[in-house]
Order: sequence, then C-alpha cells, then structure tokens
Amino acid sequence: MTEQASAADLKVEYPRMLAVGDSALLIEFGSEIDPEMNSRVYALAGQIEASNNAAVIELVPTYRSLLVHYNPLVSDYREMSSFLDDAVAGANELPASAARPNVIELPVVYGGEDGPDLETVAEHAGLSTQEVIEIHAGTDYRVYMLGFAPGFPYLGGLDSRIACPRLKTPRTKVPAGSVGIAESQTGVYPNASPGGWQLIGRTAVKLFDPGATAANKSPSLITPGSEVRFVPVQTHD
Amino acid sequence: MTDRAIDSSRTSRIRVIAAGPQSLVQDGGRTGFQKLGVSVSGAADIDALNIGNRLVGNDPYDAAVEILLGGAEFEFETTATFALTGAETGATLDGVPLTGDVSYSAHIAARLVLGMPAPGQGLRTYLAVAGGIKTPRILGSRSTHVASEIGGVDGRALAPGDLLEIGQAPAIAGSGKMFNGIDTLANGPELLAVNVRVVLGPQDDEFSAAGIRTFLDSTYVVTDQSNRQGIRLDGPVIESRTGSYDIVSDAVVNGSVQVPGDGKPIVLLADRQPTGGYAKIATVITVDLPTLGQAAPGTKITFVAIGVDESQQLLAERSKRVLESELGQAVGTFLVQVNDQHVAVGVTEGETGRRGPVTHIAQINDVAYPISAVKYTPAE
Repeated sequence: MTEQASAADLKVEYPRMLAVGDSALLIEFGSEIDPEMNSRVYALAGQIEASNNAAVIELVPTYRSLLVHYNPLVSDYREMSSFLDDAVAGANELPASAARPNVIELPVVYGGEDGPDLETVAEHAGLSTQEVIEIHAGTDYRVYMLGFAPGFPYLGGLDSRIACPRLKTPRTKVPAGSVGIAESQTGVYPNASPGGWQLIGRTAVKLFDPGATAANKSPSLITPGSEVRFVPVQTHD
Repeated sequence: MTDRAIDSSRTSRIRVIAAGPQSLVQDGGRTGFQKLGVSVSGAADIDALNIGNRLVGNDPYDAAVEILLGGAEFEFETTATFALTGAETGATLDGVPLTGDVSYSAHIAARLVLGMPAPGQGLRTYLAVAGGIKTPRILGSRSTHVASEIGGVDGRALAPGDLLEIGQAPAIAGSGKMFNGIDTLANGPELLAVNVRVVLGPQDDEFSAAGIRTFLDSTYVVTDQSNRQGIRLDGPVIESRTGSYDIVSDAVVNGSVQVPGDGKPIVLLADRQPTGGYAKIATVITVDLPTLGQAAPGTKITFVAIGVDESQQLLAERSKRVLESELGQAVGTFLVQVNDQHVAVGVTEGETGRRGPVTHIAQINDVAYPISAVKYTPAE
C-alpha cells in the first residue's frame, strides 16, 4: 500500500543521469516531447562533441534525452558521470541559439500512385485533397530525432486537422521516398520497407546514401535538429 | 614460389557451397551512425569473433563469417589459415574432424563442412580466416544488417556460389594455435540454463517494486521468436508502475531489456534498431552478451542484478583474457633431422565439443592440418 503510494508520487528532477549497463549513460531532460527540451539535447551533444573526450564512442540524441556510449576501459562510470555533469552544466549556460535551423526542402508529388491514401486522409479530415496538401506543405517540421531505419526522421508539428489513424493492415512494401501520416505524426520512408502509415505522396530525392561519406557528407540528407519542408510538385523531374 | 608479384596479384577467395539457415559477414559492428538510424549489428557472440581472429593472427574485430545452426559448406580457393569458434558443429575439413578454438591450414580446394550444433552447444559458429573477409566496408564496417540491406554481400545473407575475398594473411598467421583464455562453447559448460547479469535501469522506475522482484526472481525461457535483433522471452508478466509500458521513444543499447505491453521481456541484441518506445527495466552487462547470442530457444534464463562498478570490473578482466591471454600450441612438436634439415613435427589428439569424435592434428614446421589417424597397436 505504502509502496504503491510512494511509487505513484514518484517525483523526478530533471535533468537526470542514468546508468545504461556498463558502457552507456543516459541524460534525460524530461519525459515529454517538447521543442525547447529537444534543443537542449542537441546543445549538450554539441558540447560533448566539442570536448573530444577519448572515452566517448557515440552520441544518440532523441526527443528528450541523450545517450552517451563510452568505453569503460578508458573512463569508468565515476569519471564519465563527473565529465557529463560538467557538460550538462556547461550546456545549460550556453545562450539559446539564434540561428535558424537548416531547412531541407523535399519536392513531393501528392496523390495518385505516389500517394494512394491522400483521399482517405481528406475524407477523414472532411477536407478536399487540395486542402490537405496545402496544410501538409504549409508547415516546416522539426526533426526531433532519427531512428527506426537508416535516415528515418521523427518529425514534429503536424496540423491536427489532417491527423489520421494508421492503416488497419500495414503494407508489406512501401516505396522509398513515400510521405505518410500516422496519428499526429508525419514522416518519410528513406528506403522501401513494410509500413502502416497513410501514404499521401512521394519524393524522388534520395534520403539515405551510405556512399556519401566518401565525399565527407552525411549519409542522411535529413539530419537531427534540422527542419523539413514538403514542396508540392506535379512530376518527379 | 618466391615471386612476390605473382603471389600478391592472386586473389584469395572462399567459395560458399552451402550457406545453412543463415550465414552472414560480421565484424565488430558499425558504430557512429546510430543517430542517423543506422543499426550497429556486428557479431552476436563478440568473444567468439575476437578469439577466432586472434587464432589466425587478425585484428580481433576483423570480419568473419557468422554461421547460424551450422549446415554451411565452403571451399578454399587458395591455401589459408582458418579457425572455427563459437558453437560446436562437428565440422570437418575434407572429411577429417576438426576441433574448435584451434587454427588449421587448408589446402587449395579443401572443403570445410559444418554439421549442426547439438542442444546446449550454441547457435552461431564463426569462421575466421587469416587476412579477414574483405567484402566492402560500408559506413566503416563490413557487418551485414539484413533489414536495412547494408554491408556483407549486397546487404544480404550469404548464398551458394558467393565468393568471399580474403585479405593478405598477416605475418604472424600460423596454424596450430589454441585458445583457452576463457570458458568457451568448445570447453565450457552447456548453455541450457544460464544466469545473465544485468544492471537495473535506465527506466526501472517505470516498474512497480513487485514487477522488479518478478523480473529478478523468475526463470524466463528463450522463445523461437528470437533473432539477431532480440531475444523474446516467455515467463511471468512484469508489472509496470502505471499500467503502461510505453515511453517517449529514446535510444536503446546492446542488451537493453525492454518490456512491451504484454509484460514479457525482450533483450535487444546486435541488429536492434537504435531507438525504441518501450520502458527498459535493465541492461545486460557486456560480458554476458555473447551468452545471449548463443542462447537457443528453450534456454532458461535467470537475471541477476549487479552494480555498474562490478560490471565494469568484469568487463576489464574479460577483455584482458579474451584479447591478451597467451595462445597455446595445439600440438607439442619435436625436432627431427631429415636430409640434414631440421623439421619440427608433432601429432596430437583432441575432441570436437564434449561428445564429438576424437580429432587428430599433425603439425610440420608450424603448419597444422587435421588428419585421420588409426590407433597403432604394436604386435607382440
């Protein structure tokens, strides 16, 4: 009884640092999806990258937390938590960036073969297909994080008027570049994959190219912390 | 024979004759791109990869072939030094039984045939070859991630007819080496019921105290819904604190124990996606991940919680023993004089696995081959 009551009252102070096994630490800034919190995640990631700490292997920024993979044979848990405590404090003191985020424009052919579910979404919203396109293309979407598959962006900011439930039966193959809506999210599939999102259009832009690193470019066109703008076009050329 | 130009222009290759249920090129994994959604992948039993590579003189994280449930067959197109580590399959070279964790020489056109691992003898065997498998490096790694079609041979599992290029054998590559730095599937206990050590968290506070007790006090069984992405376990339902198991998607690691809506744990492994939306009650320590990479359906698992400090000490010790312990000689040799030349020769007897046939290795001047030997009984 008392156990349950105390668990229900669980108060968490953020930011907090948590051990993730023997080779990673997690810094959580909160428990919700929030653009300001997400900015703090990227500010901290930048701070850690700039430090060139030899024990840091890889950083994985997400909506509201940063995972730090480290080599415990170089720095143990104590050394690493103390380094990260300092980094969190340092990142907090950074002025909020005034720079506009990088906007990535994706030309999209809406409807037809490219967006077989555009009419379903319009029907669900009680709008015309043209209105759905205008609303969808009228917003710049924040890239909160990438995950699920190479180059797959988690975008925030879909207008609630065009939110739409997932397909009852997922497609076994969604073509690469498909732009979809699932509940209050929108996104774009970098590669052909199975998927249950309502497909409203498709971009011909190659979103993920492992060979790009040869030219010192990111393999993913869409990078965390940037914004995505969908631009309606009539054809793919 | 001494013409280096000719030697170096010749490409060393292995031909895949049969690939078994799934054979994959794997190395130490693809790090650095998880923030772009790229899975790490890499060998599911990293110790077996490291040991195999050490036996043939490679860097410990070079690419090898990871063979699931045996059944694979290879032909060497050139002479090569190789070793089999991980699951014991009763493998043979040209019909002669081999011992695991030992490096051998293969002649041109020699056929390597793997059988099937017996219950408790693991799932995955590693074929390491001196010089390493040289499929193209994609984003810094040769590891195959089938779901995203990256790495290995065209991003897929190996198929009959595939030719795998082998790099130049390192100068220290010599056969007849033996590994016994840690218990392995070749010499250690069977994998039927295992303790797996975890560090609780990062989201253990999403579970009730009763839920955490259930997790640590119960025995879970590996189901056949398991693969390189994760091991799905069956057993008592773990109670969450609020009734929900969902969190805002965040990053996961190798060994994350996530609990989805049905309350039964899934341990994420090498091929996991970098992010996920379920609460993670615990994280398997790095030292115990190879055990999970070898745990077949039906294996019983009991989770044991330890502290971060202890898990890091265990990792430091294990790392020393796997990567630095001295390799033994598989064969004791002695010098004989043949036509005024000194030759080191020796023959030894071994075993394949715990109940496999007796194997014999003959070594001449640092080159070890498996041989068929019939016991010689002197006449009275």
